[in-house]
Amino acid sequence: MVADVAQVAGRVSGGAPPRRASGARRAARLDALVGLAFVSPVVIGVIVLGLVPFGFVIWYAMHEWTPLIGQFDWVGLDNFSRLAADDAVRSSFVTTFQFAALLMVLNISLAMALALLLNQRLRGITTFRTFFFSPMVVSAVAWVVVWNYLVASNGGINGFLSVLGIDGPNWLRDPSWALVTLVVIQVFKGVGMNMILFLAALQGVPAELKESARIDGASPRRIFRSITLPLIAPTILLVTMITMIGAMDVFVPIQIMTQGGPGDSTMVISYLLYRTAFEQQDFGYASAIGVLLFVVVLGLAALQWSTRNRWVHDEV
Amino acid sequence: MKQPTFRRPVSTTIAVLGSTCLLLAACSGGDGDTAGDAGDGPVDLRMVMWSANEGHHEIFEQIADAYIDQHPDLVSSVTFEPITGSSYVSALTTQIAGGQAPDLAWVSEGYAAQFVQSGVFADLTPTFSEAEGYDLDDLLPDAVELWSVDGDLYGYPFSNSPFGIFVNLDLLAAAGQPVPRDLVAGGEWTWDRVMEIAAATAQSQGVAGFQPAADPYTMWNDALGAMWMSWGAQPWSEDGAECTFDSPEMVEFFDWFHTQIFTNGAVPGPGEEHDFASGQVAVRMGQLSASTGLGDAFQWDFLPLPAGPEGTVPVVGQGGVGVVARGDNPDVAADFLAYFTNPENSALLAQFFPPPRESLLTVEALTAAAPALSPEQLQGTVIDQALEARTKAGNPAMSELTDAVRMDLDGLWVADGDAETVLGQVCEDIAPILSGS
Repeated sequence: MVADVAQVAGRVSGGAPPRRASGARRAARLDALVGLAFVSPVVIGVIVLGLVPFGFVIWYAMHEWTPLIGQFDWVGLDNFSRLAADDAVRSSFVTTFQFAALLMVLNISLAMALALLLNQRLRGITTFRTFFFSPMVVSAVAWVVVWNYLVASNGGINGFLSVLGIDGPNWLRDPSWALVTLVVIQVFKGVGMNMILFLAALQGVPAELKESARIDGASPRRIFRSITLPLIAPTILLVTMITMIGAMDVFVPIQIMTQGGPGDSTMVISYLLYRTAFEQQDFGYASAIGVLLFVVVLGLAALQWSTRNRWVHDEV
Repeated sequence: MKQPTFRRPVSTTIAVLGSTCLLLAACSGGDGDTAGDAGDGPVDLRMVMWSANEGHHEIFEQIADAYIDQHPDLVSSVTFEPITGSSYVSALTTQIAGGQAPDLAWVSEGYAAQFVQSGVFADLTPTFSEAEGYDLDDLLPDAVELWSVDGDLYGYPFSNSPFGIFVNLDLLAAAGQPVPRDLVAGGEWTWDRVMEIAAATAQSQGVAGFQPAADPYTMWNDALGAMWMSWGAQPWSEDGAECTFDSPEMVEFFDWFHTQIFTNGAVPGPGEEHDFASGQVAVRMGQLSASTGLGDAFQWDFLPLPAGPEGTVPVVGQGGVGVVARGDNPDVAADFLAYFTNPENSALLAQFFPPPRESLLTVEALTAAAPALSPEQLQGTVIDQALEARTKAGNPAMSELTDAVRMDLDGLWVADGDAETVLGQVCEDIAPILSGS
C-alpha cells in the first residue's frame, strides 16, 4: 500500500508542471514546520532542563563549592581524583547495582507474569488491570510513607505475621533485610507500568501466527518461546532500559525510610550525592558524583542497546 | 523519497535554543557576592522559618506590619516563608546556593555554631546595641552563648524551650506505678526510676515505655543530646575540635540506654512507631510546645528532667533567627530583627516561644504559650529550668557529623551491640571532620 502511494506520488510529481512542483515544496515545508513545532517542546525541554543543567554540573564539578560560606574555587579535576579513592562512592555503587539488579529481576518477571495472566478475554479483567496499575498514579511520597508504617517492626505486616505465629524481621532496621524491603516496595510501585507495556506488546502478537503454530503441534511453552517472546523483544528491551535507569536513580524511599541506613546498607549513589551536596555542603564533589553516575547509567544503557541485535529481531 | 531540507527553520530553532541557553546561564545563580543593601527605596524582606503554624505566622506578621507602618521608607513588605521537615537546612542551603539567599533565617540550636561561626549570619551587636530600649543585658547569658562569637551576637534565640518529661498518668495508674510528681517532691525523680516505671508500664499495658524527644536511631542529637548531659557526657570538647564520644561518661550513658532498649524493654526498639498523643506511650521527653497537641483523652503531667549520675541538668532546645550576611538587605534586616525581638515584641512572641529574656520568664507571660500547663508546671518545668539551663550541643561541622555518627551508632542498635567499641569507632570516623582536616 505504501509503495502504491509512493508510485502514484512519483508519477504525479514527475508529470506535474513547475508551478505544481513549487506548491508541493511549500506543502512539504509546511509539513516540516508543523513537525518541528510538535517536537520543539520536547527538544527545548531536554535542552533547557537536561543538557544545560548537566553542563553546569560539569562546571561545578571542577570547583570546590560551599554555598553557605560563598566559597567557589576552581580545582580542575581534583574532585574526580577524589572519586577514585573514595570508599563511600565505591560502596554506594555496589549497593546501587545490587538494588538495580534485584529490582529489575523482580519487576520485569512479575510484570511479564501479570501481563500474561491479564492478557485474557475474561469478564472483569479490566478491574484487575486497573488494580495492578493503580500504584503508578499514587504519589511516590505518599506510597512510601504508608509503607513505612506497614513495615515498621510493630507495623501491619509483622502484626499479620504474628497472627500466623511468625516472628517477622525488623524490615528496615536489619541490614540484611533493609535493601530487599526497599526493592519490594519499589517493585509494587512500578510494576503496573511495565505490565501495561507488556500487555500492549502481547496484544500486538498476531493471533494467526500462534494459531498456525498450535495447528503444527507446538506446545504453549514453545509458542511463547518461539513466537511471543521474539515478537515482544523490542518491548522487553524498552522495559529493561527504563527500569534499569529508574533503579539507578532511586532516591525517594531511601530518603524517607532509611536515610541510607542501617549503617550504609541502603546508601545508594543518588542518596550519597544528595547527602554530600545538601548535608555536607560539598556541592563541587557532589557534582562530580553526579557526572560519574550519568556516565555509568549511560554506559549501561549503551551496553544494553549494543546487545539488542542478538535478541531483538523485530525492531519497529 | 528524499526529504527536503529547510535551513531556515532549523537555523531559527538553533538560534532560539541558543538564546534560551544564554538566558538561562545569565539568570542562573552563581556565587555572586551580593551582600549590601540594594537600592535606596523600601525593600522586600524575606525570612525562612521552620514553622508553618498559623498562629506563629499571625504573630510574626503582626509584628512585621507594625514595623512597616513605622518604617515605610525602609521596608515595603516582609514575607515569612515556611519550610518544614527534616530537609530544612538542605532547603535553606539550596536557596543560598541558587543565589536566592533569604534576608533572615530561623535555625535550630544544633546548627547554630555552623551558621554563626562560618559567617553565614551577620553580626547583630552594632544594630541591637543602638536600638532604643532593646536592653541587651536582659538576655540570659547561657541562652545566647551558642549564638555569640567573642561577645558579639550573631543570632537571637527567640525560642528558649526547656526539655521536660510528659507522663501519661492514666497508663501509669493502670500499671500500678507511683505518681511521678510525688517522686519529684520526694527527690526520687531519677532516670533509672523513670525507666523502671516505663518498663513496668510497657509490660503491663502493652504500650511503649519511654520515648525520647526524637527517634534515637536516626536523630541521635535531638533524641539523646539532652539526656547524656545528666551523665556529665558531651560528644566533643568545648571548642568542638576533639571527639569525646568515647569518654567513660558517654560510654556509660550509651551502655545504660542500650540496656533500657534490649534488656529492660523500657524504650521501643529500632523501627517501632508510637505516638504519645494517641495514648500509645507511657513517658515521653519533650518541650512545652508538645503540650498543645495533647487533648483531654487521658490525664497527663509535664515534669522537669530527671537526675542522672551527675544530678539534674536542665537543658533547653533553641530556635534562633539571624540575618543572612549574603542576603540583599543585611542592614535593613538587622534593623527589622532588632524591632522583632525588642522587649515588647518578645512578650508577644512569648505566646508561643519561651523567650531568652529574664524579665519575660514569668508564669503570666508563658500561660498563653501552653494553656494546657498549670502554673506549677510552668514555674517548675519551664521557668526554673530555663533560668539555669544549658543548650544542646552543636558544632560548626554539624551537617557532616549528623550522618557519620548515625551510621556508626547503627552498630549499637542491635541486641549484642557494644557501646565502647561503637563509640570508639565514632571517634575514629569523626575526628577528621572535627579537626577540619
